[in-house]
Amino acid sequence: MLAYGFMQRAILAGLFIGLACAVLGIFLILRRDAMIGHGLAHVTFGAVALGLFLKVSPLLAALAVAVLCAFGVVKLRKKAGLYGDTAIGIFSSFGMATGVVLASLAGSFNVDLLSYLFGNILAIEMAEVLLAIILAMVVLFVIVLFYQELLYITFDPESAKTAGIHVTRLDSVIAILTAVTVVLGMKVVGLLLVAALLVIPSAAGLQVSGSFRQAVWLSSTIATCSIMTGLFVAFYWDLPASGTIVLSSLVIFVIFFSVRVMRRRKTSILKGFNNQ
Amino acid sequence: MALNVGKQPLVSVEEVFFSFGTAQVLVDVTFSIMPDDFLAIIGPNGSGKTTLLKIILGILRPVSGVVRLMGEDVKHFSRWERIGYVPQKATHIDPFFPASVREVVAMGLLSKKKFPRLVKHHDEKAIDEALERVNMRKLKNRRIGELSGGQQQRVFIARAIVNNPDILFLDEPTAGVDAEGQSQFYDTLDKLNRMHGITVVLITHDIGIITRHARKVACLNQRLVFHGTHEDFCSSAIVQEILRGDYHLVCHRH
Repeated sequence: MLAYGFMQRAILAGLFIGLACAVLGIFLILRRDAMIGHGLAHVTFGAVALGLFLKVSPLLAALAVAVLCAFGVVKLRKKAGLYGDTAIGIFSSFGMATGVVLASLAGSFNVDLLSYLFGNILAIEMAEVLLAIILAMVVLFVIVLFYQELLYITFDPESAKTAGIHVTRLDSVIAILTAVTVVLGMKVVGLLLVAALLVIPSAAGLQVSGSFRQAVWLSSTIATCSIMTGLFVAFYWDLPASGTIVLSSLVIFVIFFSVRVMRRRKTSILKGFNNQ
Repeated sequence: MALNVGKQPLVSVEEVFFSFGTAQVLVDVTFSIMPDDFLAIIGPNGSGKTTLLKIILGILRPVSGVVRLMGEDVKHFSRWERIGYVPQKATHIDPFFPASVREVVAMGLLSKKKFPRLVKHHDEKAIDEALERVNMRKLKNRRIGELSGGQQQRVFIARAIVNNPDILFLDEPTAGVDAEGQSQFYDTLDKLNRMHGITVVLITHDIGIITRHARKVACLNQRLVFHGTHEDFCSSAIVQEILRGDYHLVCHRH
C-alpha cells in the first residue's frame, strides 16, 4: 500500500490535517463550540461553489470566505448579542444557499462540487499536500504559541481577563484556526464529514484524560490511528476513504467511551462498598 | 483604621455609576481599599456586588466614574500579577474538564509572563509553594473535577496567589461548599491575610463570615450604604434596616 504515490500523499496530508483537527477540536468541544466546524463547513460549500463559478482556486476561495465568516461569527456573537449557535446558523445557511444557487446556475461543475462535499484524499495532488502540511503546521504552531492562554480562556474566560489576557482576540484566533482547519479537512473527508474529524478524535481523547496535556496527546494519537486505519481499510476493501476514516474514529470513540463508563461504574461500586 | 494611616489605597473607586440598559445597578459608589484590609462586601440580591467587583477588575466598564488599581486607572492597568481573583462560578466548573490541579494553578502564572506565555520547568516551584499554602500539594496531579467543592476552591485560591499578589478578590467563594470545607477555606484566607499580608476583598451573603473574619465591611444596595469597621457595621442602624429579613447579625469581637 505504501509503495503507491497516491497513498503516500494521502497518508502525509491526512496525518497533518488529522493532528490539527484533533488538537483544535479539544478547545472547541470544551468551549461548547463544536458545531462551529459544521457551520463553517456549510459556508465553505458556498465558497467552493463560488471559486468554481469564478474559475479561481476553490481551495483558496474557501480559505478566504471561511476565515471571513469565522470573523463574522465572532463579531455577531459579541456585538449583536446573538447566541453562538444562532450566529453559526445564519452563516451556514447563507453558505449553503449560495452554494445551491451557484451550482444550479452553472450546472457544469456539479461533479467537482461533489468531490468537495464527500472528499477524495486518495486523489490529492502534491501541491495540495504541501499546502495542507504548511497550513496544518501553522495551525499547530499557533496553538503551541498560545497554548496556555487558550487553555485559560477555555477553562475560565472571566479570570483569564483579569490575568491581562485578550480573550476576544483569542476567540478570533480560534475561529480563524477553525476556518483554516475546516478547509484542510475538506480535502480529507469532505465538507459533509469535516466536523466529525474536528469532534470525534478529540471527544474520544477527552473520555479518559486526567489532564489537558494528556487530552492533547491522546486525541492526536487517536486522530493518527483513525486516519491510518481508515486509509488502510479504504485501500484494501476499495471503499471511500472519507467514510472509513470517520467510521474508524467512531469505533475508537465507542471504545474510549466504554472505558469511561466502566471506570465510573467501578468507582461508584467501590464508593458504595466503602460506605457499607 | 490606624494601621492604614499614611498608606496609599490599593483600590480607589471614585463616583462609579453603572446600568444595564435602563436598569441602574450602581449609583455614585465611592470608597477605597487599603493594604492589609480584610473587607467583606455585602448587600441584598441584585444590589450590584458582583457588578462592582467586575468593574474594579476591568471586566466591565462603568458608565461613568473611575477605578484605580494601585494608583493606575484600571483601563490602563497592566500589573495583573499583583491581583488575584477567585470568581463566583469557580464552584460550578465542568466536572469533566480535563485540567489537573497543577494546570489550573499554572494558569495564574500567565499574568506575569510576556509573549509567548509558556509555563516552564522553573515555574513548578511557584506552583508547589502556592499549593502548599492551601494544603493541596498532595493532590497536584489530580483532575480538578474529581475534588470536592472545598478542595476546588482552595485550588482556585492557589491559582490566585501563585504570583504572591498584593490583593485577593473573591466573589461568593463558598457557594455550594459544605460547612467543613467553608471553615477550612476561611481559615486559609485568614492565614493569607494575617501571615502573608495579602489584602482580601470578599463578596459574601454569609453574615457569619463578617462577624468571624472581616475587619471592614462595605454594604451595597446600588449605592454604598455603609463602609467602615466591623464594629461600626454591627451598630449601624441603616445597615440593620437594609439587611432586615435577609440577615441576622451576631457580632463577635476580633
